Amino acid sequence: MSFVKGLKCRECGREYPVKLLAGCEECFGPLEADYHYEAIAKKLTRDALSSRPRTIWKYRELLPLESEPKIGLATGGTPLIRAERLGRKLGIDNLYLKNDSVNCPTLSFKDRVTAVAVNKALEFKLEAVGCASTGNLANSVAANAAAAGLPSFILIPDNLEPSKVAATQIFGSRVIAVKGNYDAVNRLCSQIVDRYPWGFVNVNLRPFYAEGSKTIGYEVAEQLGWHAPDAIVIPMAGGAMISKIYKGLKELQRLGWISETERTRLYGAQAAGCNPIVDAVRRGTRDIRPVKPNTIAKSLAIGNPADGYYAASLIPQSGGWAEDCTDDEIVAGIQLLAETEGIFTETAGGVTVAVAQKLVEQGRIQQKDLTVLAITGNGLKTLEALDLAPPQLIEPKLAAFEEVFGGAYHVA
Amino acid sequence: MSLKVVIPTPLRKYTAGAETVEVQAATVKEVLDNLDSKYPGFRASVCDETGGLRRFINIYLDGEDVRFLENLATPVADGAEIAIVPAISGG
Repeated sequence: MSFVKGLKCRECGREYPVKLLAGCEECFGPLEADYHYEAIAKKLTRDALSSRPRTIWKYRELLPLESEPKIGLATGGTPLIRAERLGRKLGIDNLYLKNDSVNCPTLSFKDRVTAVAVNKALEFKLEAVGCASTGNLANSVAANAAAAGLPSFILIPDNLEPSKVAATQIFGSRVIAVKGNYDAVNRLCSQIVDRYPWGFVNVNLRPFYAEGSKTIGYEVAEQLGWHAPDAIVIPMAGGAMISKIYKGLKELQRLGWISETERTRLYGAQAAGCNPIVDAVRRGTRDIRPVKPNTIAKSLAIGNPADGYYAASLIPQSGGWAEDCTDDEIVAGIQLLAETEGIFTETAGGVTVAVAQKLVEQGRIQQKDLTVLAITGNGLKTLEALDLAPPQLIEPKLAAFEEVFGGAYHVA
Repeated sequence: MSLKVVIPTPLRKYTAGAETVEVQAATVKEVLDNLDSKYPGFRASVCDETGGLRRFINIYLDGEDVRFLENLATPVADGAEIAIVPAISGG
């Protein structure tokens, strides 16, 4: 049974029944799923949730499916890790990492959104699915489409990391590289959807797809013992995730599952080479000036972020801020997280760590703040961004080992 | 100057279902003016009260976002292609 009331335009409030739709037909604003919250509150309690398996479907009453999910059944329920060693480095006593770099099936937070979108495509009985992607979404749509037995069309910019391309092709997906950046790819997808009867997860399945990101908010709150964090640092590309995590936390308050008085400050992180949302927040406006991306954080390289307006509105409203970091700082962030916590994240995660460091230095995140960093992707997908020295090569002889490492025995 | 305008599905209710239309114009603003006189109501659906482009609408001139050019004042050449495309979520 579904608790979805329908779709509602976030701009003009116009309501639509549940159907395949890219945006409001009047003002082009984004559509959001609306729910019968009172009915959910009556049916579901926090205690009842605790016995359900730890996946995104734990919160299925708050997701826009009409029937039982068929694929992506293991998605979500990723660890929330207390990060004491990184916390000491950053100067935060209460630091946690939401580790979506081990999400299922394709090691990024995108598994949450595609699990919802591809199940929705099955409900709509669509012939094929697709997406425009900077990489992680491509991997995830391709994998979930394969599991659903649906053909998929994945359009990517022509400069993506080879590992992200391979990890899409392997699923039998039709991968199409488009000359140009993500914004050009996106424009083409919009025109494809206009002509073909397919479900593109970030275009005409977007109102359903985007809801998947709310589960990060639900999980973090539940894993903190039904508390909202004081601060959360979230990487931003199109800007949708940050406002959906906020929506998730608000819904938990509405259901009475976390206290009304708890407030989370939202902190958005971007690469300096693609920072249109950070730039808007700094200028004190919500109007996004599009940019031409130039950064190693390719998964965040969206120069014309469709949800940037909402991100730039919510961030200051929540008492938070947005900050950016250079490519060198991104690599240093990846390294710092790996060396302190044993988690290997991709460039977007490096952005999150590097920006968190700046926010502490600026005094925006304080030592006592219960802070969560959203680590949204896996480092094995962006090896190209790193420039590590080759390992030391020795003969298979003890003497050769000691020649190089003998003096290191007491170094600890 | 004659150019081709690509119309997205939600706006085809104005163009009797046509996917592309030909207009005569020297700037992007004139394109919209002319579309509006041909198809009354067209401009109001892509521009807000101040006359600027709506937040969730992008206009491309031969593939380039007009916000990287001169917005509505961008000059258009004979034979150019204008695409009106609603904004799309990230990935």
